[in-house]
Amino acid sequence: METAEIKLTSKDYASEMEVKWCPGCGDYSILKQVQTVFPDLGIPKENFAFISGIGCSSRFTYYMDTYGMHSIHGRAAAIASGVKAANPALSVWIVSGDGDALSIGGNHFIHLMRKNFDVNYLVFNNQIYSLTKGQYSPTSERGKVTKSSPYGSIEEPFNPSELALGAKASFVARTLDRDPKHMQAVLKRAHAHKGTSFVEVYQNCPVFNDTAFFAFSDKETKKEEAILLEHNKPLVFGSNDEKGIKFEGITPIIVNISESKISPNDLWIHDEKDKTKANILSRFFDTTFNDVHFPRPFGIIYANERPVYDENLVAQIDTVTAKKGKISLNKILSGEKTWTIN
Amino acid sequence: MNTLKSIPPQKTTVLESESVVVRFSGDSGDGMQLTGMQFSDTAAFLGNDISTFPDYPSEIRAPIGTVAGVSGFQVHFGSKEIFTSGDEYDVLVAMNAAALKVDLPRLKKGGFIIANTAGFDKKNLGLAQYHDGINPLEDDTLSNYTVLQVDVTRLTKEALADSGLGTKDIERSKNMFVLGVLFWMFDKPLDHTLKFIEEKFVKKPEVALANEKTLRAGWIYGENTEIFNTQFKVSAAKLPAGEYRSITGNHATAIGLIAAAEKSGLPLFLGSYPITPATDILHELSKYKANGVKTLQAEDEIAGICSAIGASYAGNLAVTTTSGPGMALKTEALGLATMLEIPLVVVNVQRGGPSTGLPTKTEQSDLLMALHGRHGEAPIPVIAASSPSDCFEMAYEACRISVEHMTPVILLTDGYIANGSEPWLFPTEDKLAKISVKFLDKVNSDNDVLLPYKRNELLVRPWIKPGTKGLEHRIGGLEKQNETGNVSYDPKNHETMTKLRAAKIEKIADHIPLAKPDSGKEKAKVLVLGWGSTAGSIKTAVRELIADGNDVAHIHLKYINPFPKNLGDLLKGYEKVLIPEMNCGQLLQLIRAKYLVPAIGFSKVQGLPFTTPELKAKIKELL
Repeated sequence: METAEIKLTSKDYASEMEVKWCPGCGDYSILKQVQTVFPDLGIPKENFAFISGIGCSSRFTYYMDTYGMHSIHGRAAAIASGVKAANPALSVWIVSGDGDALSIGGNHFIHLMRKNFDVNYLVFNNQIYSLTKGQYSPTSERGKVTKSSPYGSIEEPFNPSELALGAKASFVARTLDRDPKHMQAVLKRAHAHKGTSFVEVYQNCPVFNDTAFFAFSDKETKKEEAILLEHNKPLVFGSNDEKGIKFEGITPIIVNISESKISPNDLWIHDEKDKTKANILSRFFDTTFNDVHFPRPFGIIYANERPVYDENLVAQIDTVTAKKGKISLNKILSGEKTWTIN
Repeated sequence: MNTLKSIPPQKTTVLESESVVVRFSGDSGDGMQLTGMQFSDTAAFLGNDISTFPDYPSEIRAPIGTVAGVSGFQVHFGSKEIFTSGDEYDVLVAMNAAALKVDLPRLKKGGFIIANTAGFDKKNLGLAQYHDGINPLEDDTLSNYTVLQVDVTRLTKEALADSGLGTKDIERSKNMFVLGVLFWMFDKPLDHTLKFIEEKFVKKPEVALANEKTLRAGWIYGENTEIFNTQFKVSAAKLPAGEYRSITGNHATAIGLIAAAEKSGLPLFLGSYPITPATDILHELSKYKANGVKTLQAEDEIAGICSAIGASYAGNLAVTTTSGPGMALKTEALGLATMLEIPLVVVNVQRGGPSTGLPTKTEQSDLLMALHGRHGEAPIPVIAASSPSDCFEMAYEACRISVEHMTPVILLTDGYIANGSEPWLFPTEDKLAKISVKFLDKVNSDNDVLLPYKRNELLVRPWIKPGTKGLEHRIGGLEKQNETGNVSYDPKNHETMTKLRAAKIEKIADHIPLAKPDSGKEKAKVLVLGWGSTAGSIKTAVRELIADGNDVAHIHLKYINPFPKNLGDLLKGYEKVLIPEMNCGQLLQLIRAKYLVPAIGFSKVQGLPFTTPELKAKIKELL
């Protein structure tokens, strides 16, 4: 008998576990946005599986009323690949942090991007190790003073989106905890994308690395420091949307639209499928072009579907089965050559 | 053991023997593994019992002609039951000077050497580091042996003079010439190898023809050349009636896993990273796409086991295969699987360690690691295969225990049985034990609350597949509250859960076979207690000693954690317990600790199996 499905709400995705992040942690917002968008994704609740590693972010799994595994440090991506390979019908979400994904789990991170399983990979980047109470992470800026770097970190940080693109990610996006609407839109796109969807979420740690990303969300600065990407739209930013980015040869430059009377069509038009442009965009991070500082891009930096591992795995099985047919167990046991002893 | 008995003289002397050991030895590129396998398969098809031992260097192509590049393949075949690949050989095929140098020490006095003279030229002698002007074929080094010198390289060239093949292809056929000579010597037909050649080179008929010609040329050479005046006759063995196939341990492991998947109705998933000597299991399973087998070549050993954990969580029969170094990398994930209480089969094909150690040589030194190599109290069942074909049974058992008891299981094999082969009286599908699997499909408590860690009478929790409506729940590596599976830091609960996890593994003892003597009686002066790949050597040694009237018995353990329930009582029936192991006494520690028996260790860590004389000598000391 068919019954009309009752549409779930965000509350249906909240588990009974008490949420135990610190007050003011950016993780609360991420949890809220995920729970908000999930009822709209058209997936039966029982088909969601969250796989997380270790760290503050990875407790996320316990707070979602879905299937979930809180695993071991750095290995969520590897475990998720097995879950997805075994049951491609599941919607698999990996939740990780900058240490979990990019330090101890770095190898699994790059190979997941390369293999392109159809999973979603949320990395909560707070540029610090929080669960271990404040050490610099692989995304902490050079000179960062922490308990393990009292005289300043001497390490160069990873730029996660650049790393993901280098590892052949098919979907790379950036959003931040303080912009709920933006995050919801990015999460929906990540879900819709077939292949590994890497979403870097700038997440504030109020205890060990407060205000690390405020420049991108604070009213005073965000229009100058952040640029919102929209597919097929020119790159425009500034307090009054007066600045644009265009190419001079292969070098991006910032132009004042009103002063130079440049038409929006002359600006860099964002194309999610253009890997070359995505590579340059991802470098709007710590790279300057002709000594000019560029705003940090948020949104879908790159999205271009290509063959998906779990689909190919099943397709290959189907092809070989159609060609060869299933081998009976008795045939497998006997092999090709046998002899009889009387 | 096998003395060659002369039959009245005639043009060709025929020596009858109960068993013969042949060692094929040459350069890594000389095709000795293939030659040995062809010879072994032919012997097996003709009804001999056989045991083989490929012994190759870890370098794929070490410098040609050097001692480091010598690749050997040993086959022991007979008209009686054969349990080992043989301690010393009757016939040594030496394709070059280096091969002779490496393998001569284990040739029986009076044995035969078939030497490829082209491999003993000045260059090859130099590469094998014989002193200037010294050629063992020309001085009295080999005076205790019968040396048959054959210029294989030249004869192969002559046989293929009008084949139109290039020098390289001709050179590559020379192993077929040697094989032809051997088939003549042992009075074996060429049919099996001819069929093999035809199938292997179906797309290269000119190469097939060349190989066939060379094989026949070798046989004819044996028959017509005066230096070859001895033929060996090894009659068929009196093996149990039935249909046989030849199988290596790794191959047997692979199909044991497939059989368990088919019988349990679970899809098979393998997450694995290539590592010697375990890789052939990955190769083999990768062929079975048409049976739905999913193989994932992971980015590293950790991803190998972690992907398997993910697949198990999603409801597959999940396996990871590896060897020592990989096992070390998997330990944290093993702890997770223990905490999650999900099925997982881990196959460790042991090799010489520690570190990179002896990648292509055998050892049993990962036993204590299998038992204890995890942080925290993390008991895991450990079982071990005792011969190539036993790998099938134990792989099947590993799967059965794993899914029926919701636990990771470690299966130990080793390089010796993984690469070695033997005839196998294979089972049919209907003879395989049942494997029962049930996924939870509805809430398992009266008050409509899911209890993921509620246990049945075996102390086993339910297996719950993501995708099952209404059973959404979270599991993880943090300690769990009893029954609910919720995170719990309660001190008493942690102790309860630790003990429950241990009791669950102990209970498996009720569902495995009891131990019993493999040879000898339940009471004797000396018990030889073994595990794993030493089975063949111990069996041979003990049976020979019993035949000589000695009061000795042999028990071979296949289940090590938990031990068979009756083992403690059984041990009381023996005055002395000797435990031979290819390690420094690991089972020894376990037996002494658990049963307070003053067992005596006998260890060998040379990357080589025990020989029968070694074992017999040690046992005799105790008699």
